Amino acid sequence: MTEPVLSVRNLEKSFGALKATDGVSLDLRPGEIHALIGPNGAGKSTLIGQIAGNIRPDRGEVRFAGRDVTGLPTGARARMGLGRTFQISALAMEHTVLQNVVLGALAARGGAMRFWRPVLQDGALLEQAEAALGRVGLSEHTAARTAELSHGQRRQLEVAVALALRPRAFLMDEPMAGLGAEGSKQLTGFLDGLRAEAPILLVEHDMDAVFALADRISVLVYGRVIATGTAEEIRASREVREAYLGEEDA
Amino acid sequence: MRERHINAILLGGLLATALAAWGLDQPFTITLATKVAILALAGVGLNITLGLGGMISLGHAAFFGIGGYAMGILASHAQNYTPLMEAPLLIEGTNSMPVIWLVAIAASALAALVIGALSLRTTGAYFIMVTLAFGQMLYYFAISWPAYGGEDGLSIYVRNGFPGLNTLDPIQFFGLCFVLLCLVLLFVARLGRAPFGLALTAARQVPARVEAVGLSPYRLQLVAFVLSGAITGLAGALFADLNRFVSPAMFSWQTSGEIMVFVILGGVARLCGPVAGAALFILLEHWLGALSEFWHIYLGALLLIVVLFARGGLIGQIAGREAAHD
Ligand SMILES: Nc1ncnc2c1ncn2[C@@H]1O[C@H](COP(=O)(O)OP(=O)(O)O)[C@@H](O)[C@H]1O
Ligand SMILES: [Mg+2]
Repeated sequence: MTEPVLSVRNLEKSFGALKATDGVSLDLRPGEIHALIGPNGAGKSTLIGQIAGNIRPDRGEVRFAGRDVTGLPTGARARMGLGRTFQISALAMEHTVLQNVVLGALAARGGAMRFWRPVLQDGALLEQAEAALGRVGLSEHTAARTAELSHGQRRQLEVAVALALRPRAFLMDEPMAGLGAEGSKQLTGFLDGLRAEAPILLVEHDMDAVFALADRISVLVYGRVIATGTAEEIRASREVREAYLGEEDA
Repeated sequence: MRERHINAILLGGLLATALAAWGLDQPFTITLATKVAILALAGVGLNITLGLGGMISLGHAAFFGIGGYAMGILASHAQNYTPLMEAPLLIEGTNSMPVIWLVAIAASALAALVIGALSLRTTGAYFIMVTLAFGQMLYYFAISWPAYGGEDGLSIYVRNGFPGLNTLDPIQFFGLCFVLLCLVLLFVARLGRAPFGLALTAARQVPARVEAVGLSPYRLQLVAFVLSGAITGLAGALFADLNRFVSPAMFSWQTSGEIMVFVILGGVARLCGPVAGAALFILLEHWLGALSEFWHIYLGALLLIVVLFARGGLIGQIAGREAAHD
């Protein structure tokens, strides 16, 4: 079996009396989309935060690219190739669309401690950024101010910024949120192809997208993984239906 | 009007004012123009942290004062023919401006590194308070340091020299300050468009994103703070040379406040905002100050108007909502 790109072992995190992450173990293998589903407040974003590095776990281990990264800060994990999109778009609103994506590519291409040559004259950097924008379908909006984008376009830009880093693995926290049927379908198609480049740990509420995309699904409830399996296995599990999917049917 | 044109008019106007005053033999006006150039330079320094970085430092008097005292200490030793230090190595005073500038830049950059490293661990109101506290510490230190004049400050009788120039000639000293201002403005303009400027301005807006793409907001802000402190320190050395006098007042929190007023009046994050702000400040001080010793009341009213109704300051009003650096 191939070594997982990313793995989490016995992770625990409490906020006061609340156990937001309660002994979570899961992994992400090359080429797969591993979906993480669960009701609101189950601890999905908290888990993503601990994998990305901006939330410190109380206990447990995060391994990425063959290394224990539990003690590493967010920036170092990103430079190792861990790309991320946020549940609530985290974009520089005053900057142009292109500038946001260039920012995403900066760390991998020379870093930010360069003080003289205009960043938008760096051909290689621009090429990488424009390619990422093209892939999410924002080529026509390169020069627009990010604040002027629609919600859906911001979600696309969020993905483009992560792409620009050319990651070895993606963490995506509800990339479809608020996209509408058409937008979700497009992004689903795009993520489908993306997994060949780098595996994706995908937090998503859109069940159509999850069942269409996921190679494996883990169900998180009250900070615990109650089941992991293929789409069929999860659909068939009574425990999952009761704990989670049942809510949607009701 | 495009911001570039406004900048050209501002700098051209400052130069023309000094040249006209020279032609009309009005050295006092040249001195006022020199003061504008120097105070603008101090503001250009602050604008890197405040405008690009979004860090509200109320302690930039620390760097202005360090630059001033770098000049005062070196020049006073040269004036008295006493070395600064004999053991372990001999360090003599100097009255060479280039040397003084380099020392002022290095000393204030070092101070900014220390102050920045500590204060950047906090944000918001705490950051303002920590920077203010460092400024006040240096203020009281200067007051209680008798070797360099203590409370009374330090007078330098002859202006320091620059190779090939007569710095006592007001127009020549203005020229030096003006060229330095333009060089620093060029540097800051490039900085804003360079990778560093992009990352720094992004760190002000979305630090979480900057981290997620593999950069460190803390390091970006610290480097910005050091560059900013170094520039304000250079302005302090020039200001001391303009007055041929340094005193603890350069370290006072009022000085920090005034530097911030230049930036806000002219336009936060606008390249030449501090030039517009310093010019306006000096004009008001000159005109209103002649009418009433309470001219600061009018300044306060103006500041309120800018903050409440004219965000973006003078330059923002004329240039409109144009991003500062693209
Ligand atoms: N910084 C925090 N401080 C306290 N409680 C938090 C914090 N972040 C998240 N929580 C709580 O932890 C639980 C899990 O939150 P979250 O990970 O955002 O859930 P999800 O993304 O699955 O909706 C929620 O009950 C939330 O209120
Ligand atoms: Mg969430």
